[in-house]
Amino acid sequence: MFLAAAKLTVILGCWGVLLSIVVGLFCAVVRFYRVPLVRWLVGAYIELARNTPLMVQLFFLYFGLPRLGLVLEGETCAIVGLTFLGGAYLAEAFRGGLLAVGRDQIEAGLSIGLNRLQLLRYVIVPQALAVSLPAISATVIFLLKETSVFSIVALPDLMYVAKDLLKEGNSAETNLLLVISYLAVILPVSLFFGWLERRLRFAGFGS
Amino acid sequence: MITGKDVLKITDLKKNFDQTAVLKGLTLTVRQGEVLVIIGPSGCGKSTLLRCLNGLESVNGGQIVFGGQYLTDPQTNWSRVRQRIGMVFQNYELFPHLTALENILLGPLRVQGRKRPEALATAERWLTRVGLWDRRDSFPRQLSGGQKQRVAIVRALAMDPEIMLFDEVTASLDPEMVREVLDVILNLAREGLTMLIVTHEMAFARAVADRLIFMDEGRIVEDARPEVFFQNPATERARRFLNIFHFDEIHKRQGEERDAGD
Repeated sequence: MFLAAAKLTVILGCWGVLLSIVVGLFCAVVRFYRVPLVRWLVGAYIELARNTPLMVQLFFLYFGLPRLGLVLEGETCAIVGLTFLGGAYLAEAFRGGLLAVGRDQIEAGLSIGLNRLQLLRYVIVPQALAVSLPAISATVIFLLKETSVFSIVALPDLMYVAKDLLKEGNSAETNLLLVISYLAVILPVSLFFGWLERRLRFAGFGS
Repeated sequence: MITGKDVLKITDLKKNFDQTAVLKGLTLTVRQGEVLVIIGPSGCGKSTLLRCLNGLESVNGGQIVFGGQYLTDPQTNWSRVRQRIGMVFQNYELFPHLTALENILLGPLRVQGRKRPEALATAERWLTRVGLWDRRDSFPRQLSGGQKQRVAIVRALAMDPEIMLFDEVTASLDPEMVREVLDVILNLAREGLTMLIVTHEMAFARAVADRLIFMDEGRIVEDARPEVFFQNPATERARRFLNIFHFDEIHKRQGEERDAGD
């Protein structure tokens, strides 16, 4: 039962993180290029997402939206909620990296004829990612931990199962198992980012 | 090697930064194969001139015609034009996340869509010529300043440009590395590549230039053959500028006088 719960936590977490990266990258680029109009929408979204708790956002998705006629499944709510929150945090993490790429680097890219999209892909984003990696890794880990709120939308994730077991009374073992389970899921991610950071540094940054 | 053909025609070029006029109506024609060296005090607009030529700065007036094409047309496809105009910067600006070879291949492969074997052969030929083929897999931070600048020159050359712009390319280098970079440029000059070179290296300017432009306050003050300019500048402004480079001599003479007085 714990294994199934861990699997659900991992799956929901992965989807949430992956979609957050897509949303975050998009928002960061919009803000970086100051795309008219869209940047205001993105700005409003980021403030809304970052300044409300995930639990409140999930409540709105799961209990609020059906009143407005839109019923989402628990899993959809969980992924949408996590992406809503994570996209905003990652947007700011990416933006920090984008701002760190020098004007001169951009001019060097332009001078060999790269167009806007190529410039982003081959020059700006790779450098920005390397710079913002510590912030990205902190955010991803934070998001994975936030999945523990999913139990409120009735998803049998780790937290949910543990709560059930706790009601039955075997508390010490369950608590320990819960800690170990989260550690088993998140620690490898943390180690992976540490490895990635060292590798990128070796690849020519922080000269 | 200078043919009669004009590759670049600049007419009454004007550029302002906010309220300050940096280029105040500049007219200049560059012929194919010509090596044009631009000197002048800092802030005279010489770097801005180069940057206007490949669209890194927008212009406020006048015309630039390059190979029959009006670059001052707002519809200019700069990505196309820049493939034909190579530029080398003062601080190299190699991409730090790519190796020397990847830096060089980025333009030919991604922008020009050339085949890898062909682009690689071109890169090998140029890198070998500047003595850095064995450093092709090094990242920029593993190279010295002089090596980085030579790679940056090759990065521009690998696109087969019709004209090269050099913007104070030795200004950030230690003195012993200046030579290795200047030698590369001298070699290119011998082969008849059209070049616009902004520099503070007077001895180099004299050696490499077919023609020398002295700029001050956004205008061309003198346009002469280098030997004429250095031996007998026509204007008082140019004379004063050249005197800056004789600082050592003046200083020594003053020192001698003081010694004599003691």
